[in-house]
Amino acid sequence: MIKDQEYLSGKASYCLDLAKKLGATDSSVIVGNSISETVNFRNQKLDESNRSDNLAINLTTYIGKKKSSISSSNLLKENLDTLIEKCIETTKNTPEDEFNSLPDKDLLAKEVKDLDLYDDTHIKNEAKIEYLTKLETSASNEKKIVNTESSFTQDKSNFILANSDGFSKGYKSSSFTASSVTVAKDDKSMERDYEYTSKCHLKDIKDAEELGKLAAEQTIRKLSPKKIGSEKISLIFDKRIAKGILSTFAGAISSSSISRGTSFLKDKINQKIFSDKINILDKPDILKGLGSRSFDSEGVKTNTLKLVEQGVLKHYLIDTYNGKKLNQKSNGRCGGTSNLYFENGNISHKDLLNSKSKCLYITETIGHGSNIVTGDYSVGATGFLIENGEFKHPINEITIAGNFKDMFQNIILADDLEFEYATNSPTMMIEGMVVAGK
Amino acid sequence: MSNFFEKSDLSRNDAESIISDTLKKCDDGELYLENSKSESILLDDNKIKNSSYSSDLGFGFRAVSDEIVAYSHSNEISKNSLKQSSENLKSTLKSAKGIYNHEIPKSNKKYYENINPIEQKTLNEKIEILNKVNSYLRTKDSNVKQVTANFLGEQKSIEIIRSGGETLTDVRPLVRFNVTVMLEKNGRKETAVYGIGGRESYDSYLRQNNWKNVCDEALRIASVNLESKPAPAGEMKVVLGPGWPAILIHEAVGHGLEGDFNRKKTSAFHNLMGQKVASEGVTIIDDGTINNRRGSLTIDDEGTPTEKTVLIENGILKNFMQDRLNARLMKTRSTGSGRRENYRHIVLPRMRNTMMLNGNNTQEEMIKSVDKGIFAVSFGGGQVDITSGKFVFNCTEAYEIINGKIGSPIKGATLIGDGPSILKEVSMVGNDIMLDPGIGTCGKAGQGVPVGVAQPSILINKMTVGGTKL
Repeated sequence: MIKDQEYLSGKASYCLDLAKKLGATDSSVIVGNSISETVNFRNQKLDESNRSDNLAINLTTYIGKKKSSISSSNLLKENLDTLIEKCIETTKNTPEDEFNSLPDKDLLAKEVKDLDLYDDTHIKNEAKIEYLTKLETSASNEKKIVNTESSFTQDKSNFILANSDGFSKGYKSSSFTASSVTVAKDDKSMERDYEYTSKCHLKDIKDAEELGKLAAEQTIRKLSPKKIGSEKISLIFDKRIAKGILSTFAGAISSSSISRGTSFLKDKINQKIFSDKINILDKPDILKGLGSRSFDSEGVKTNTLKLVEQGVLKHYLIDTYNGKKLNQKSNGRCGGTSNLYFENGNISHKDLLNSKSKCLYITETIGHGSNIVTGDYSVGATGFLIENGEFKHPINEITIAGNFKDMFQNIILADDLEFEYATNSPTMMIEGMVVAGK
Repeated sequence: MSNFFEKSDLSRNDAESIISDTLKKCDDGELYLENSKSESILLDDNKIKNSSYSSDLGFGFRAVSDEIVAYSHSNEISKNSLKQSSENLKSTLKSAKGIYNHEIPKSNKKYYENINPIEQKTLNEKIEILNKVNSYLRTKDSNVKQVTANFLGEQKSIEIIRSGGETLTDVRPLVRFNVTVMLEKNGRKETAVYGIGGRESYDSYLRQNNWKNVCDEALRIASVNLESKPAPAGEMKVVLGPGWPAILIHEAVGHGLEGDFNRKKTSAFHNLMGQKVASEGVTIIDDGTINNRRGSLTIDDEGTPTEKTVLIENGILKNFMQDRLNARLMKTRSTGSGRRENYRHIVLPRMRNTMMLNGNNTQEEMIKSVDKGIFAVSFGGGQVDITSGKFVFNCTEAYEIINGKIGSPIKGATLIGDGPSILKEVSMVGNDIMLDPGIGTCGKAGQGVPVGVAQPSILINKMTVGGTKL
């Protein structure tokens, strides 16, 4: 069983009290417990079972404008005492930083909203095995599938965030995740692909057979890929890749990148950085949303932000420290975005595919080729050649490159948004990117 | 050395009997105990942004039967907690009928000292160096607009208790010192990172004001990039510099030679043992035994002493890297490559220090031989799809080569290639082998472990360069 609120807040107040006694002028603490149980299958047989029980404490102490922090998984009193003493000692010896402080009291969340983030269901390993058996039977149906690896994880967690200004709140959350990675083979090639589903509530996850079937189909259609020539061409990003571009955008508008001057979107507030059809929202109060929250990791209440309105950048993602540096109030985004998404475009997926006589449909990218300082983008990619709306053949060993400043202006979105992850995008087309191949 | 049972209601004898009872019908398994202490001191934007200390304690209990692994971990070293883990393992492996394999090779060799690097330098001394770094860089070049510098230090004590009570221990120091600099000139910004580190005290790396060399190198790379022009797009010849660019070897072939992917036949290399997979003259080893290196280990995380494993010898595939589970199932021996990020994770076969050995050519010869291509000196991260064999990495310092001469610097671009065929495209191997400066972390299945790489300069006949200039 995960630790209850009473246990966690007991530990939290112990830390705050001792820190105060030892000379801290302010302090904040997060105490969390998570228990996760996973079963892995491989080729329709049990491969691994894994249970993990994690308890962790993170304490930050302030003496005036001096700050330091400790973290530990060892919550025995004796260890905590030593660590808190060490934390205070380090705080005293760390130089002052005028922007260090707890969040403004009037910005702190007054309530924990009921966002339906916790499902108490405990799915036994036998039931996980049953799900995975169905999944892998379905995934292995096709002869070309030569290896399957699937897993089912149940995560339960609980936490308390408390600070010396009297804030003390927390809540439970859960997630149920199933995934399947399949390998397909023909005489010319071997390819891998995957499908996965993750929800707060068990009853909302995808059907096992459907998941297995999708993973297998997506893998088989990648077989016998061809390399293509280098050219400038329009790219369609599958939803699972398009959301990554949205995440890069979020990184570039984080107040730490902005205040440090290390973002290509610095000084772009109220400027048009996307075409005027683009709207981007960050909505923290979606029921059962994978990114939903009542407050950020400093306790600041989070409201919905329309980050981009008709192509114009309206907000940065602001925490207390960087907010003070930028002379702005925190908007409850310490720790990043909540449920971030592009609003739907007004063209169907099918019409988007048909809109060019020739384009590439990208289903996977590899490498760490997003540079938020310069906006340069260059990654390895696999996908399909599309001609007049038809999938012609799979392609691989190419790179795709551009600069986000231009790419953002050239985004066209389909109308197929779904809330499958914490960050979501409809299918996306970007015109005029450079593909390097042969 | 940590005494894991000192403050617990669990005695060593209790633990040993629970372990032996849990593993009696299993093929393998152990209790892995870990106590790690780590610190991070960060200077950023002219200020000490972060000084933090972390202490992590826990155990991971593993039982292996045939191909099945059952694992349970917890932060709480107590009788109750270990018993609960034992129940979890037993319920997964109800029908186990293995014979426990007690064989673990022994060695007295140690590849690093038993030190705690965090305690060997005071906080004030560390802060003083970080402040010096900041003012040195900002004074040296007026284009410097941002400096980030940090110390990361760690001491990890582990103990492995096997069925029957056999116990193996190790204490592992690890430090890293990094400098990131951002320059701005005429509205254009570029960043560069340089760092050093390994399994010694901070002072072994910082003596004689060596921190200045780290700053100079970061500044040099960022300055080069300020003048860079768009990278070309398409297939061309690539000359790789010595040292850190060996992450190409790590991504292109290293991962594909890890035992688990080959046992499962999901690696593009699984049916190539004994066959020619690289040009003649190409020899690649994975070595855990170099003193004080980031990727070195006295014993791996299953207790097996590490070794120097020959992966490819003169172009021929000789060995995969193995942990105990995959070695047993592939009827070979562990190469001491079983590693885990910490007690929260199961053991997987992983790389240590992966190196391509010297050949006979010079870098000068290689560059002279190229009509049109690029010369790549430094890289950021890389990634591989071990099934299709395709891998990428990102250049952070590269130049065009035109008619045998090094030309302008080019912007960061991704290079993509095919692992099983890339080593056959190596047409010259240099005589200037160099180790990386000690900064690598390899990710696999959500687990990061410290690794090293080394290589001489090499010439690759063709790779696809992911620039924007057609």
